[in-house]
Amino acid sequence: MASNDPILRNALSIGLATAVYAVSFGVLSVAAGFSIAQTCVMSVACFTGASQLTFVSVVGAGGGVAGALAPALLLAGRNALYALSLKGILSGTAPKRALRAQVVVDETTAMAHAQPTLAARRRAFDLTALCLFTAWNIGTLVGAIAGRGLGDPRDYGLDAVFPAVFLALLVPQLRGPDATRAAVAGALIALALLPITPAGVPIIASALAAVPLLLASSRRRARVRMGQAPEAGR
Amino acid sequence: MSWWPVLALCGAAYALKVLGLAIGERLDRETSERWSLEIVVVPVLAALIVVQTFSSGHRFVLDARTPALLVAAVLVWRKAPFVVVAFAAAATAALLRLVA
Repeated sequence: MASNDPILRNALSIGLATAVYAVSFGVLSVAAGFSIAQTCVMSVACFTGASQLTFVSVVGAGGGVAGALAPALLLAGRNALYALSLKGILSGTAPKRALRAQVVVDETTAMAHAQPTLAARRRAFDLTALCLFTAWNIGTLVGAIAGRGLGDPRDYGLDAVFPAVFLALLVPQLRGPDATRAAVAGALIALALLPITPAGVPIIASALAAVPLLLASSRRRARVRMGQAPEAGR
Repeated sequence: MSWWPVLALCGAAYALKVLGLAIGERLDRETSERWSLEIVVVPVLAALIVVQTFSSGHRFVLDARTPALLVAAVLVWRKAPFVVVAFAAAATAALLRLVA
């Protein structure tokens, strides 16, 4: 079934890798002093992996709850940028859009934008969200109850899976030299800010690389509008 | 552990997602059909890739993830299936760490 459906197959493999991280999150969270219920509520209601992992790690390291919230929210900030970009893909009635907003994260956004048509984008978003949400929450519960992980995800090389997967999903989005330049500029902004800004900021700031393209396109559009105005008046 | 920080994080995380969606619906009328707001994702994903590959805390590091990303890049360039790219990256990093 999954073998001749690349979107489903890709969504399932992302879910699989995510599940192992979810187990680690469950273990870390309980070890940091959160209850099993609190750990599971976080995975359902926050549903933003890097942010949750940072939150419980800082609390676990004695950084205090207030000290943990700031970095966690900076890491969650990129989801706002993703949601911004997904307009048109996050369709449906208001309750459906509210539900889809909750699953706007790295994986769902990257999978959606890598598809060629609007219908495929919506399907990729929903299927990835379904696989990811299921994997993240079951994994969290298993880790929180077992209190003991499957070992360090790095031992399986899983920390290398995510950048590889995001690269595979970014390449189809490099439609033309302008997009490629924006990607390179975004990567350079992140590398430059990495040593000097709090975690999360380099990724959010990289969005600035898209500003010249957006400005150029709104200027172009303004010109078109002005050019058409006399005709419309006739 | 009290519940308020958990609920604060959840509420704020969701608010950020909804905020982005609301701003997107406002702004998209201003941009053209050629570069709509979706272009924002391109530099952000590129940044995510380099941060996930080359960082350890605030430090720039070259470790087993670097060759894994190179292997992935070659496979993506050769149009290998997604699952093959993911598996090859994991195998490269895992094997290098095993040997090291």
